[in-house]
Amino acid sequence: MASPSAVARAGAPSRPVKSRRNTELVLVLAAVLISAFGYVEVGANIDGKAPSDAVGYGVALGVLALLAHGVTRWKARYADPLLLPIGILLNGIGLVVIYRLDRATPGSEAAPTQLLWSTLGVALYIAVVLLLRDHKILQRYAYIGALVALVLLVLPIFFPPVYGSRIWITIGPLSFQPGEFAKILLAVFFAAYLAVHRDALALTGRRIWRFQLPLGRVLGPVLLIWAAFVGVLVLETDLGTSLLFFGLFVIMLYVATARSGWIAIGLFLAAVAAVGVGWLSPHVHSRVTDWLDPLGSIAAGQGANQIAQSLFAFAWGAILGTGLGVGHSILIGFAAKSDFILATIGEELGLVGLVAVFLLYALLVSRGFRTGIALRDPFGRLLAIGLAAIVGLQVFVVAGGVLDLIPLTGMTLPFIAQGGSSVVTNWIIVALLVRMSDLARRPLPEAMP
Amino acid sequence: MSATGRRAGTFCLLLIVALAVQATRVQVFRADSLDHNPANQRLTIQRYDQPRGNILAGAEPVTGSTPTGGRYNYKRTYTDGPQYAAVTGYSSQTYGNTQIEGIEDDLLSGTDSRLASWAVWDEIARKQNPGGDVWTTIDKAAQQAAMKGLGSQKGAVAAIEPATGKILALASTPSYDPGSFAGSSAADQEAWNKLQADTNQPMLNRALRQIYPPGSTFKVVTAAAALANGVVADINAGTGAPYPYIMPGTTTELVNDTTACDRPNLSLDTAMVLSCNSVMGYLGVQVGLGKMVSMAENLGFNDAKLDIPVRAARSNFDTKMNRSQVALSSIGQFDTAATPLVMAMVAAGVANNGKVMYPQLVDKLTKSDGSAVQVMKPVTYKQAMSASVAAEVQQLMTDVVENGTGRNARISGATVGGKTGTAQHGVANSATPYAWFISWAKPSGSGGVPPVAVAVVIADSEATDVTGGGLAAPIARSVMQAVLKGS
Repeated sequence: MASPSAVARAGAPSRPVKSRRNTELVLVLAAVLISAFGYVEVGANIDGKAPSDAVGYGVALGVLALLAHGVTRWKARYADPLLLPIGILLNGIGLVVIYRLDRATPGSEAAPTQLLWSTLGVALYIAVVLLLRDHKILQRYAYIGALVALVLLVLPIFFPPVYGSRIWITIGPLSFQPGEFAKILLAVFFAAYLAVHRDALALTGRRIWRFQLPLGRVLGPVLLIWAAFVGVLVLETDLGTSLLFFGLFVIMLYVATARSGWIAIGLFLAAVAAVGVGWLSPHVHSRVTDWLDPLGSIAAGQGANQIAQSLFAFAWGAILGTGLGVGHSILIGFAAKSDFILATIGEELGLVGLVAVFLLYALLVSRGFRTGIALRDPFGRLLAIGLAAIVGLQVFVVAGGVLDLIPLTGMTLPFIAQGGSSVVTNWIIVALLVRMSDLARRPLPEAMP
Repeated sequence: MSATGRRAGTFCLLLIVALAVQATRVQVFRADSLDHNPANQRLTIQRYDQPRGNILAGAEPVTGSTPTGGRYNYKRTYTDGPQYAAVTGYSSQTYGNTQIEGIEDDLLSGTDSRLASWAVWDEIARKQNPGGDVWTTIDKAAQQAAMKGLGSQKGAVAAIEPATGKILALASTPSYDPGSFAGSSAADQEAWNKLQADTNQPMLNRALRQIYPPGSTFKVVTAAAALANGVVADINAGTGAPYPYIMPGTTTELVNDTTACDRPNLSLDTAMVLSCNSVMGYLGVQVGLGKMVSMAENLGFNDAKLDIPVRAARSNFDTKMNRSQVALSSIGQFDTAATPLVMAMVAAGVANNGKVMYPQLVDKLTKSDGSAVQVMKPVTYKQAMSASVAAEVQQLMTDVVENGTGRNARISGATVGGKTGTAQHGVANSATPYAWFISWAKPSGSGGVPPVAVAVVIADSEATDVTGGGLAAPIARSVMQAVLKGS
């Protein structure tokens, strides 16, 4: 699929590459309109009229979207035109659903805060697109970044646990999950390390049966860092993030080395780890029990647990959904706005709305992979693929959890779920992808030798 | 790295496809069973999301709905709760629905498929139909007279329109306010617990669900059986009944309450007017067990599925007895026991020339806009006796009111037929006796079927003179008067 730009790069005269900025503008405006419409629908269904602050939210989202688009138009002319609109639409849907849930929980409003975090996220998007001229600069700071990420991950150990996991840092009224930021830093580190060592990893080493095992001195450092990350996360019982880091590592290793043996080894190690952790940790054990029999607590007379409540919400939505504001997903309880926000989408927008959201993610992920494949430098290629994989894996882990496809691990749904660190991180991911896609699609100057 | 990158991308997309597949499983294929899981509150929330349909008496609602602002938004209200509790039953967010509220719940709550005009579209639009209305056969004036008459006594009244079987009044005291526990608050719970703990059982529907020994009112059944089976040919001729009457196979004499009865060979008419146990017991034995059972069953006894549509308790007349037990049963003692409803059927059957109509409490079901969903038609229960036998029993009952124990039921300008009953019960008959009265009435000179038949039982009263004629007849009289005035 990278052929047009590849041809352009080869210097051969060809049809001019389109910037697609107007397409992006139209899509961005459509995303803002859809979000505003959702806002109005919530009000119409609950109060019979549009919310008084609908215009405010619509304008705020519109201004953010247009600023981001303007900067992209100015500094990243050839960027993929779908990335930004998808970010805006997902963020907009998130704001609408959180506002809707706010209406069911008077006294604990999250939408204004979410809008604030979204603003910060878009500001960081703008900063990255403006300031990061070439992603290859990141390669230089890969080790420092990994160290910072590890420190960020360790920090929550010194803070009190929230709902059984030590993954939050709370300072006054602010709280954030450092694990979210660590994702990007870890992807940068993996990309940098694997870009340099991929040949050694793929070609050297001893051969045992059908597997080519790389030399210890090549694999050692990356394995050590990865193990440190996962070790910390297991200590903090942040299973979602450890699963994410594990999957990210295996995918990037496979992409870099083309050794499918890595996948086999990875899956084997994952299975061993999963059984081990499931055995040792009662927290995980109960999650697995709930996954296998989500309605079991009802039969046992303890009422519906969160997974059961989540399934009830999805089922009630059926194909077409109840309509925004008409569902009862608030019955899920405390995590309705964060980890379980997808259940509200499933209940009020139905299977149709849910699949639409899944398609948006699929589009975002596939555009990320495309960007990676189109890039020529190994670091950029691995980084784009890694970032796209983070989004894809995270969506799978959180949505699979609330849909009872896999055990619940507790993660935020990118862009949609309540949570500042999550929204900000995802905007940075999109910014990096936009930056890299601009480079991947940009026609080379004529004077190139 | 292009090929591996593409493969990894495909893998990530497959993960998302797996999510969509799982979502389809949950939202399409498992939706129904999850929606109906008892731990899922959504159906309940939906049920209380709109006002419930109403129950009407005399074309006026006796129920209502009020928004609570809670999760279960609308709760039931009752305009005059205790007055109609025996008719409506209750609808409570916590304790469920009973009687009319329970049996017609689908209609009242709007889920009845007959309420939908465009079933498929309603399904897609998730449109909830407004609840339909249940129009009862209750006559407000009769109901009011019954409740007022019962007052603070423990008892029940059932009144029937003999020609159609329509139930005109259904009263039970002490009563309760079903609105006091219609919601789901702590106060509702407290009200419920208090009612449950009340030893007077205010929530017992005595008109439908409680059986009492009918005492002498059962003599109407015995008289009908004697006439229908040729044991008595002429109500004014001597019956050949001996005095004293020693019950067959025993040495026990069947004694009378009044010495006026202590003579041999009394006529059936005299025996009814004076309520003579010895004569009626003797006649029952002459009729025989089989034919007595058959007459009792024609009038509603031994029917375990008497649905009006609320099910009434089974009234009992034993089918296996020796002759002395038949004698006792023929005067409403031994194991004989009846609901006020069935005793009203006895009076109504006699009044309707022997044809017993199926008692019905519901007149019609309508949508909220008033259009009919279902209209009830009169249904014959049984032709219990021939019209000529019925005419003779009517004469006997009229004589009881004119000259006998039922004088308290007389209404000027009306022909009234009735029968009193005072049933002893308790250990060695120590408890307050049950005071019964069954009757019917029609305007004087009317050749038609009486518009009302009624049964009254007083189970416990402060009064010192506990007799059917003294306590129960005046209540029957006021109920009959209310109906006659209205018709």
